[in-house]
Amino acid sequence: MIAVAQYLFPNDLHIHWSLMIVMYPYITGFVAGAFVVSSLYHVFNMQQLKPLGRFSLLTSFAFLCVATLPLLNHLGHPERAMNIMITPHFSSAMAGFGIIFNFYFLLVLFEVWLLYRNDIIEMANGSTGIKKFFYKILTLGVDDNSPEALQRDHKIIVFLAAVGIPSACFLHGYVGFLFGAIKANPWWSTPLMPIIFLFSAMVSGIALLIVLYQIAMKMGGKEIDQPCITKMSQLLWLFMTVTVSLELLEIITLAYEQSESWEVIHPLLTHQLAFSFISVQMILGSLIPFILLMVTVLLDRYLHEKVRNTLAFVASFLLLIQVFAMRWNVVIGGQIFSKSLRGFRDYHPQFLEKEGIGAAILIFILPFIILFVLNRVLPAFSNTNRDDPNHIEKTVVG
Amino acid sequence: MECKKMERRDFIKKGCELAAATLFVGLLPFKKAIPAEETTKLPRPKGNENYNWEEHLYAYVIDTTKCIGCGMCVEACRKENNVPEGFFRTWVERYEVSERGEVEVDSPKGGQESFGPILPGFNVSKGYFVPKMCNHCSNTPCIQVCPVGASYKTEEGVVLVDDKRCIGCGYCVQACPYGSRFINPITKTAEKCTWCYHRITKGLPPACVQACPVGARMFGDVKKEEDPVRKIIATERLAVLQPEKLTKPSCFYLGLDKEVR
Repeated sequence: MIAVAQYLFPNDLHIHWSLMIVMYPYITGFVAGAFVVSSLYHVFNMQQLKPLGRFSLLTSFAFLCVATLPLLNHLGHPERAMNIMITPHFSSAMAGFGIIFNFYFLLVLFEVWLLYRNDIIEMANGSTGIKKFFYKILTLGVDDNSPEALQRDHKIIVFLAAVGIPSACFLHGYVGFLFGAIKANPWWSTPLMPIIFLFSAMVSGIALLIVLYQIAMKMGGKEIDQPCITKMSQLLWLFMTVTVSLELLEIITLAYEQSESWEVIHPLLTHQLAFSFISVQMILGSLIPFILLMVTVLLDRYLHEKVRNTLAFVASFLLLIQVFAMRWNVVIGGQIFSKSLRGFRDYHPQFLEKEGIGAAILIFILPFIILFVLNRVLPAFSNTNRDDPNHIEKTVVG
Repeated sequence: MECKKMERRDFIKKGCELAAATLFVGLLPFKKAIPAEETTKLPRPKGNENYNWEEHLYAYVIDTTKCIGCGMCVEACRKENNVPEGFFRTWVERYEVSERGEVEVDSPKGGQESFGPILPGFNVSKGYFVPKMCNHCSNTPCIQVCPVGASYKTEEGVVLVDDKRCIGCGYCVQACPYGSRFINPITKTAEKCTWCYHRITKGLPPACVQACPVGARMFGDVKKEEDPVRKIIATERLAVLQPEKLTKPSCFYLGLDKEVR
């Protein structure tokens, strides 16, 4: 180990960006990743992903609803949060947050509504009392569900899903940029940062959907669609390989350059972050899922259904841990060493403190509850494909 | 059918009214953000009515060869500015370098209570103290990243934080390469050295400069012809901290060693 004299700038004894700032990119990662999966079906017409066409968008929306919570909990003055939108200081990377977030939120909301419009109308017509009233409100007064209208909807959905891809990439690439553009911090300051965040967002989104889809099917007593699992595993394998390669490339470059910062980053990775980086992010979260997914993808046709499901589920679950570890290692790792580049501090979040583990768990559980309720109101998995836009298009065109 | 037509007419009428109302609200003279070039029209600092900030451009020189590490400056700053315990607007670092090139750096309590004996067995070939503080950079990473414009630079070259506007996101704390900023645990806003702006606008030196018994800290105005600090900047060989970051500090160092970051 390179000897590092233990000296921290006196103000560096405190970790200013806590567990909440770890949660924020973790959650927006799901938003972006799940959205891109939904667009793969709606725009790129990946038919294998059809079972997830709606569910992925609902998942994205559920996480989008809570994406600002960790930030608001972290701010010293959350009551002034709106200042970012009212008086943005545009030289700051953070000032774009309001615009990007709101644009994306409206886009996803509109797409969800269009995607479910036909269902909402049918449910309004097919029910009585409060339920009818509720769905009637959700129709927003538009009750035209003729094939022509639905086809028009479908065209808008394709457009929104297409516009949504760069938006989702922006939303999450921008999170990486927030870190990558800080020249004061050698562990963050790399142009690779937004790209790494983007790819790991894809990984987390796909992995989350594989896990949730299997659970939802088990809970609903339905069949798990095998072509869907196969396709998702392929995508996951591809994206995780790119992500991990990028993560490693960044470190290899730093090591090979033997830059000044390597003096502090080397002990950081091998000592302070040894567990969360080497054991969790690289071995448990990358190497093992890589092998599991390789088996799932390459030996696909020899696999029994249950084996395929289990392999994909376990690999996805491990990758969810990997992505969290990656967020942790970036956000906390970047603050564990002092800017004196001469010393380290420790960070152990408490369970009950304001920005502690308890708050993080609460914020993380919330989107699943939202998703559960959303799925009750707007069922993502319908037995018929009558209301499926692609199906409609085909029937209308054909 | 007749009735439906009326409804439509009503609807259009209502719609027009709503549009007009929206337009009206949009035209209301709400307070707008002040662009940077208009900052000179901001209200002048209170206390000294004759003070004109366009007549000043402040700079700070630290002579590390004079500093004795007594910590008076740190204490003076804490008392003058009510700096909370465990946080520092200024601090003093002690460097000990051995002949073999080993470096020991420390700053117990920011050097406020001076320094203890050096490590036994550490063969010191040179040692020195380096006072540190906000560098009041011209090309500030901290102002750049503030999402709401709470961090700003005055006409006289002082970097300040508006604690009524700061949202406490901590982005500036991350962006400062010198570790000069912190989030005040009481006000929950970003805080840093102001060069004692409340004093310098009244013609007084910053508290740390006044407290320094050896004249290692010097504060001056480079717009004044006879200013000693202006003379030092014009004639001496100076260094700044982390020059590779290109932040263009207004704090200059005399006798800065290569070990100092």
